[in-house]
Amino acid sequence: MRYIAPALALTSAATLGGCSEGVLNPQGPIALAERQILFNSLGIMLAIVIPTILATFGVAIWFRSSNRRAVYMPDFAYSGRLELIVWSIPAMTVLLVGGVAWVGAHDLDPRKAITSAVKPVTVQVVSLDWKWLFIYPDQGIASVNRLTVPVGTPISFELTSSGVMNSFFVPQLGTQIYTMSGMVTHVQLQADHPGTYPGLSAQFSGDGFADMRFSVDAVPADEFAGWVTATRSTGPTLDARTYADLAKPSERVSPFTYRAVASDLFNRIVMSGTTPDETSQSTCSQSQRAEQ
Amino acid sequence: MNLLGKLDWSAIPFNQPIIMGASGFMILGVVFVLALITFKGYWPYLWREWLTSVDHKRIGVMYCVLALVMMLRGFADAIMMRAQQAVAAGGAHGYLPPEHFDQIFSAHGTIMIFFMAMPFMIGLMNFAVPLQLGVRDVAFPTLNSVSLWLTASGILLVNISLVVGEFAKTGWVAYPPLSELQFSPGVGVDYYLWALQISGIGTLMTGINFVATILKMRAPGMGYMRMPVFCWTALATNLLIVAAFPVLTATFAMLLLDRYLGFHFFTLAGQGNQMMYVSLFWVWGHPEVYILVLPAFGIFSEVISTFSGKALFGYRSMVAATMAICILSFLVWLHHFFTMGATADVNGFFGVMTMIIAVPTGVKVFNWLFTMYGGRVRFTVPVLWSLGFMVTFVIGGMTGVLMAVPPADFQVHNSLFLVAHFHNVIIGGVVFGAMAGYNYWFPKAFGFRLDERWGRASFWCWLIGFYIAFMPLYVLGLMGMTRRMQHYDNLSWQPWLVAAAVGALVILAGIVCQIVQLIVSIRTREKHRDVTGDPWNGRTLEWSTASPPPAWNFAVLPHVTERDSYWSRKRSAKANAPATPRKYEPIEMPRNSPTGFINAFFAVVTGFALIWHIWWMAALGVFGALVTILFFTFRQQEEVEISAEQLAQFDRAHHTEVAI
Repeated sequence: MRYIAPALALTSAATLGGCSEGVLNPQGPIALAERQILFNSLGIMLAIVIPTILATFGVAIWFRSSNRRAVYMPDFAYSGRLELIVWSIPAMTVLLVGGVAWVGAHDLDPRKAITSAVKPVTVQVVSLDWKWLFIYPDQGIASVNRLTVPVGTPISFELTSSGVMNSFFVPQLGTQIYTMSGMVTHVQLQADHPGTYPGLSAQFSGDGFADMRFSVDAVPADEFAGWVTATRSTGPTLDARTYADLAKPSERVSPFTYRAVASDLFNRIVMSGTTPDETSQSTCSQSQRAEQ
Repeated sequence: MNLLGKLDWSAIPFNQPIIMGASGFMILGVVFVLALITFKGYWPYLWREWLTSVDHKRIGVMYCVLALVMMLRGFADAIMMRAQQAVAAGGAHGYLPPEHFDQIFSAHGTIMIFFMAMPFMIGLMNFAVPLQLGVRDVAFPTLNSVSLWLTASGILLVNISLVVGEFAKTGWVAYPPLSELQFSPGVGVDYYLWALQISGIGTLMTGINFVATILKMRAPGMGYMRMPVFCWTALATNLLIVAAFPVLTATFAMLLLDRYLGFHFFTLAGQGNQMMYVSLFWVWGHPEVYILVLPAFGIFSEVISTFSGKALFGYRSMVAATMAICILSFLVWLHHFFTMGATADVNGFFGVMTMIIAVPTGVKVFNWLFTMYGGRVRFTVPVLWSLGFMVTFVIGGMTGVLMAVPPADFQVHNSLFLVAHFHNVIIGGVVFGAMAGYNYWFPKAFGFRLDERWGRASFWCWLIGFYIAFMPLYVLGLMGMTRRMQHYDNLSWQPWLVAAAVGALVILAGIVCQIVQLIVSIRTREKHRDVTGDPWNGRTLEWSTASPPPAWNFAVLPHVTERDSYWSRKRSAKANAPATPRKYEPIEMPRNSPTGFINAFFAVVTGFALIWHIWWMAALGVFGALVTILFFTFRQQEEVEISAEQLAQFDRAHHTEVAI
């Protein structure tokens, strides 16, 4: 108990304060459900783990060699009934947690659509060295290192990478997902409350990794529409050429936006990871990096 | 054409004071040790008795020495990382630039897994398994020496990378495309790959050696169900090595082909598939976890049973659980990448499979508990480590099962929660097990016990330090901090990271206590001397021979009639019964051979040459290794005879061996 106590104290301290930006302070339905699963599984397991730890101490101390009141049974090495219990306790625990896992894996499948009356907004995410590009294909705009989303609306993410692997993760919204070049991964998330939430890459991607962060601005729907309109009026446009510039390795890029995006750019980024001819073009920036 | 390939003076990081300081310190240490050996004239002795030894006990001891030395190196990396993260908050960037920090965490993981935990476990198996089986050596003694020295070659290459060139900056898993030439053009990844390829071959040969030993070379009468549990766990571990290490070797071979010959297995271009690497890596990687922890389970079983003065509770369950883990460990690897977008069915399946492994593991914990129940538990240092393990490992196992729930993993994957979890099981399981085994078998290996007081101090520092260092990481993971961050903005993380750094210092105190324990024990060895060969009132055959055991282990092979045969023999023997006169027959023991050492020398030459693209030298190295092996193959004399008189004389000098 003396060991689990600090662990519990630490966990509860984290719950109460200090982790306002963590996974225990969910701001959307996915993160909320995941926290619930975390707590449920933890609860089920603590029910067996705490007694086991206590029993370990109890047995070890009572049967210490100096305690002559404890019976000595040198040949007590088998008991069918005890063996049955020994196998069934962990088996039943695993049955419970396994159920949570199986159901949870299906309920919270990243590609599963969030049930909502609101039409989802699609955002295409590209991880670059070392920044994030967010393309809004329906709005025809794009943003770097800042993701603006309407509150209460499912956001359907399609993700890929310009080169190395990264993992797109907003702890307060839930479910991270890898970005890999030549492939598209999917996740649906939603923010329920307006606010700014930190986002990051959860897969090490090289020297600039520590700064590969972005912020999520969750704003009311009308404000989002305003932001889209405002964005369309200023800033550069994103096409193959400006994308090649952007793809060059850089660190600590301040957020900025593109007023227009070449159509189908995301698909071409994905394809560039698979077809040999285009690769040589789009990865020339990476070989520059290699020369660094 | 440059005669030295890519190698020139720029490979040595003269402009990096931290690296130069560390290298200087390391080189000074090595020079000091070598000078001391030379000065004292120990070389002939070392060469004859240790470096060329094919004795499993000496090879085991050398493995453990390697592991302990590499623990210091890996721990130095750990302290640097903890110090960096404790200060690099807000606008601060700490004292380690990213390109250095990245090498440190990669080296820490690689060294601790491959060159600390693996050699320690293999060393303890080498030492104890043949003794427990009641035989005189492993199946292939010279191969055993080759394995040891190939591991040492890998270790040497990794440490050379500190001074000449750089180490990988990719993390210890080296996922492509980051580890491909396009993104890691330096020699770091090559150091990583060749060091692990060379030591990996050594490990595979160890696996083959031990599977053959355990299956074919047990003492007369020792059926499978009479083997000590440590031998069972060693069997499971080595089966896993034989099945899993070829996967790693093949995966690394593909990455090497990508890097050296322009193949496209995992590259961005040419339709390479980066996920294939991740999948294959963990097909090896998860069994690897059990390769490390199963022998530790075996050690705890021996320790708890011995010091409770009781047979292990539920022996058959323990064997079944061990073999179940052995098989199941191949069916869980996908839980390392739930977050790569597999379907719900796939994630769900691997999540549930992962949890099922917790069942046999839980059974083991309960069986240890019932082994103590009704016993007389002596709280010696190995028992302290075992109890510390039971509590710590249960917590680590719990967080592991937690992460086997896919939606929970979506939130904590790659976070410090994960880092806390695997340190929780690897320190709490493997390291504690290694320490228990080290304290338990030390008197058998050297004939005197380790000092109890310093051993206790070391245990408590390790245990408390572990909790202070890693519990904050669980919290940080839940606070959204991911691993491998060179700096961070969130100031609320800092206090927890400072606490973790303090914990690392407490562990450092534990390591210092261990070193002191060793020195104190050697200096006062006469006080700790054990002349009986059985200091703990042991149960298994290794305690029936002298400490340290003679090269031939047993003058007369024991006849085994039941489990814990030495214990039952002691119980049934009348105190004043006259010893049965023993009939000695001459035996043949394998000759010492420099093959392993010389072969490893050429392996280092080859590895180094390949890393730096010095092709002529690589060819020379391969040729040298080949000639060495050919030379060994055509040896004239492979065994030395030990006469019956010699055996009898040894037994008279040590009135220890109880005729079984």
